[in-house]
Amino acid sequence: MKPNDLPETYNFPDAQGHFGPYGGIFVSETLMHALEELKSAYEHYQKDPAFIAEFESELKHYVGRPSPVYHCKRLSDMLGGAQIYLKREDLNHTGAHKVNNTMGQALLARRMGKPRVIAETGAGQHGVATATMAARFGLECVVYMGSEDIKRQVQNVYRMKLLGATVVPVESGSKTLKDALNEAMRDWVTNVENTFYIIGTVAGPHPYPMMVRDFNSVVGKECLWQMPEMIQRQPDAVLACVGGGSNAMGIFYPYIPYPEVRLIGVEAGGSGIASGKHAASLSAGTPGVLHGNRTYLLQDENGQIIETHSISAGLDYPGVGPEHAWLKDIGRAEYVAINDDEALAAFHKLCRIEGIIPALESSHALAHAMKMAPAMGKDKVLLVNLSGRGDKDMHTVAEKSGLTL
Amino acid sequence: MSRIKAVLAAARAGGRKALIPYICAGDPTPTITVPLMHALVATGSDIIEVGVPFSDPMADGPVIQRASERALKFGMGLGVVLEMVAEFRKTNDATPVVLMGYANPIERMGIDVFAARAKAAGVDGVLVVDYPPEECEAFAALMKGNGLDPIFLLAPTSTDARIDAVARAASGYIYYVSLKGVTGSAALDTSEVARRIPLIKSRANIPVGVGFGIRDAATAKAIAAIADAVVIGSRIIEEMERSPGAEIENVKAFMAGIRAAIDEVAV
Repeated sequence: MKPNDLPETYNFPDAQGHFGPYGGIFVSETLMHALEELKSAYEHYQKDPAFIAEFESELKHYVGRPSPVYHCKRLSDMLGGAQIYLKREDLNHTGAHKVNNTMGQALLARRMGKPRVIAETGAGQHGVATATMAARFGLECVVYMGSEDIKRQVQNVYRMKLLGATVVPVESGSKTLKDALNEAMRDWVTNVENTFYIIGTVAGPHPYPMMVRDFNSVVGKECLWQMPEMIQRQPDAVLACVGGGSNAMGIFYPYIPYPEVRLIGVEAGGSGIASGKHAASLSAGTPGVLHGNRTYLLQDENGQIIETHSISAGLDYPGVGPEHAWLKDIGRAEYVAINDDEALAAFHKLCRIEGIIPALESSHALAHAMKMAPAMGKDKVLLVNLSGRGDKDMHTVAEKSGLTL
Repeated sequence: MSRIKAVLAAARAGGRKALIPYICAGDPTPTITVPLMHALVATGSDIIEVGVPFSDPMADGPVIQRASERALKFGMGLGVVLEMVAEFRKTNDATPVVLMGYANPIERMGIDVFAARAKAAGVDGVLVVDYPPEECEAFAALMKGNGLDPIFLLAPTSTDARIDAVARAASGYIYYVSLKGVTGSAALDTSEVARRIPLIKSRANIPVGVGFGIRDAATAKAIAAIADAVVIGSRIIEEMERSPGAEIENVKAFMAGIRAAIDEVAV
């Protein structure tokens, strides 16, 4: 497929979950039946008007949707170029875009009659969102979290416990997000009859990348009508940070048929790509198979997955959703990397100039917009997905500034 | 006929059930692996499954995870594992060797390169845990084209349609996962296995080995009564963990007990 064919012909994934050579179902036979069951349930309910109505009603009354789009006028004036707009996913209940997907999957779990939900979490945002849904709907909830991440994210761990979830420390491998995902899969294999696995990003085996994208695409769908209301047209570019890539797919997907809108994914450059200490799978990785799908991975010459580094725990993942791999290869989206320092500078700028404390993850996307804006005309518009708020990052930012809270 | 088919056919003709141990290459040290393989042969193993260590062993329980982590500390990779098999083959031309692992190390090497090197090293079969038949048509064909048996898993949750798909793709033997869970799990329901094996056999004309959850002589014997082969892995690794410096002696004693128990089953 050529990029020029895109708007009319973009129809991915195929029935087996492939985005070109990426995606698919790379799991042990022990999980195949559960995935087939999930796929057929999702195919049924995504077309069920009652399910859709319940999802939309919950997003409106419980999550607080639609989230507003905000024009950063002072910041744009200071940069002296393109106008920066923010899609305010930070204003959602639980503080990030993650809730859109966990709501969708929790409703699906209920329809499928699964009384127990499990999740993996890195920074804890997806774990908190899952624990929230479990409390909201009276489901048992177990969250797997790397023991290293548990140390770094004490507040979110306590939040999950307050909400009634059990947080299980994962001691294997690098003791971070990827290992938590492995452990959640092991739980699912063992408890497949009564358990629904709520994956937090557009990765994992089919149908997860498609399903998580669909539930999050409410973000981009709102922008499609909000931007014309504000500026009488669509933006020139949409920017989003990419770890696993769920907030980016959520805002990119509805924009794929608009070729005049550039889609720019911003990965975590850590200490710089050249340093080797980063989490930029698309910018610096190679294709491989991990966590049930084929995608770009950070791996060594033996095909072992290597440890990633980022100031933001939510981007600290050695793979990326397979649809991003495909959008990169066909040229529909561009992927760049922003270093820790640049993200931190953008974080502080937004705090001081606009009175908004962004998540460190989202600060990566903002930092790239701030890099682009000065070279563009004042009539150009950059829409940044502000995927989450920065409350969870207070300790990290304070520490970087040499303070202890 | 491949070494695997020949060995399983001979076992059947001789009225005995096959014993298939699993070890993780490089665990606890790379130097132990080849002598350990010979020791397993000496205590009556028919086929040896050699695990290729991977950083993210999603289908494995804590015991095999620990084994992988120990091996990875030595920088173990697929290339070194193939060299170990070649070393083993210098003095053993009879016992089939099956590599068991995950897709990524193989894809990183390249499936064509892997097929050629595996054949040259004397590998007989390959079980890629995260390659269901749907995702590895080209790979399975490449294996067969190089005289290697692609081996697949079946699970208690596998539907008839999935049994058929696996039966079409597999050669050598089918590895039936005896329980819902990861490797090394505790509870094994032999009556459930006894119910499933004939069903699989009725749809797939290929020997069936059973693994996951076989912990001692009694469970090995119970499985031997209903399957063509008994696969045992986590327990061997535990035996090695229990006896630093005397791993091989301890594994030999353990496996001799398992072999004796299996041989009590008259076919």
